[in-house]
Amino acid sequence: MTNTLHRFGDAESFRDDYVVFAICSRGRNDHEGVTRLKKFLTMALEFGPVNLGDARHGGALRPCYSMNPSGHWKRDMTPDFQAVIDGLDTITTAAAVFEDRVKAEEFVKKVKEADLGLCVNISTSIEGAEQCCHAAGIKRHSVGYSLGFEGKTEKLPDTTVLTLMTMCGHGMIASSLAKKMVDWVKEGRRSPEQAVTYLARFCSCGVFNPARAQRILEQSRRKAV
Amino acid sequence: MRIDPKKCVACGNCTYVCPMSAIYIDPVIKRATVDLDECVECYACYNGLSKEHLNPTMVRTMRRIFQMMRLRFDPEPDVCPTSAFAPEDLAWPRVVRRAFSDPRVPHESTGVEGRGTEEVKTNDVTGRVKEGEVGFTIEFGRPGVGVRFWEIQKMTMRLARAGVEFEKKNPVTTLLKDKATGEIRDDILDEKIMSAIVEIKVPLARAEEVIRLVWEIEKQINTVVALGVGVRCDEQGEDSAVLPILQKLGYQPQRAKTNVGLGRTTNPTQEMPAVEPVGAAG
Repeated sequence: MTNTLHRFGDAESFRDDYVVFAICSRGRNDHEGVTRLKKFLTMALEFGPVNLGDARHGGALRPCYSMNPSGHWKRDMTPDFQAVIDGLDTITTAAAVFEDRVKAEEFVKKVKEADLGLCVNISTSIEGAEQCCHAAGIKRHSVGYSLGFEGKTEKLPDTTVLTLMTMCGHGMIASSLAKKMVDWVKEGRRSPEQAVTYLARFCSCGVFNPARAQRILEQSRRKAV
Repeated sequence: MRIDPKKCVACGNCTYVCPMSAIYIDPVIKRATVDLDECVECYACYNGLSKEHLNPTMVRTMRRIFQMMRLRFDPEPDVCPTSAFAPEDLAWPRVVRRAFSDPRVPHESTGVEGRGTEEVKTNDVTGRVKEGEVGFTIEFGRPGVGVRFWEIQKMTMRLARAGVEFEKKNPVTTLLKDKATGEIRDDILDEKIMSAIVEIKVPLARAEEVIRLVWEIEKQINTVVALGVGVRCDEQGEDSAVLPILQKLGYQPQRAKTNVGLGRTTNPTQEMPAVEPVGAAG
């Protein structure tokens, strides 16, 4: 899937959005892939990711299927990165999300040194990825450009909601939930920090960027974006 | 997906989390209900909502009391208090909805070869898109609109008429009854899905023609289209071939997936049993 490619926004809005992901190609570099994908995620921890995820189990914030009613008052909102690493048990896509370009660069450098043999991609602004590659001494192999949304774009929600919901490229974050969180933050019913945790739990592969989402909610609280 | 009316307390939380807005509170039965024609079986409600296992009668009573007193309880918005969602066994052709909508579903249920594609994400080991070629991903339905196969067929038939080759391991390609005409099998044409990606590869010289063709057809389709363009960089890591074409056509690409070229063939032999990546993402 092209699930990190078509995030809505211009290059400037991706300044705090760097998704570095690893994938195996079937029959070519998937042998012992789980071990190497776990190593990829473990290496990311050192650089302070804002999310980790695998496409089978989700990100560092997940729903709870046996929630205690006290959770309505006191809910754990701490991302559990180690659970993502421990839970990866099949060949899939592993992703680390950073809000800071330098951290992403350092991580890519480290991945290069580790020579895991995995296919590694950076999903961010074109310039941001170029800078990461340059810093790591890497020449880009291939590029997949997003040309944005076309067709019946009148069916799309407003830009703030669209920016939030497209951070789960699989489409699991509903526009109405994103809109509800924008409204709740405006009303003061939830903080941006709290609101992003609700959205993040619906992202089924863990590429949702809570730091960028928090910034967007913070901006939308003050004015319509 | 079904919601058990015996368990549902009509809290309304689920009406916000459905990407297709297919869940509503039925005013007659006063329970959340799924519009099955609009539901794409993505399981966002079932997988994404946290679940409590409270007694429905107790919750309804509390809600009635709060309502009478004009009090608003401010619960967490991503919780189903009574675990009322009841997934159903899906038969063909409805099962296709889930295969194209729930990213966690492996392909075995439909015979479709995976929901995702590797595109240029693994180009460093597959060499799928070579210099002088352009790979296109034409995605329908995301974000949050959805699409039916008969709409996608308009594009596949037009592409087939133009003589382009469909990516063999793409899920939509496996559902074509005739690759030469681009026709999709009849029994799934009215199925609604979250999204699907038609994937093709053409020589660089045809890139502009393909984009213009997509423009022509997307006007006839009642959903959103997201176009992705994959290219192999030159030895210096630059793309001086495709970007100028895109810019000439008025595009100013902002975002891209960049394959940094660290992949290499590591399997002992090429003939090893292949493992299907689950929910191929990226």
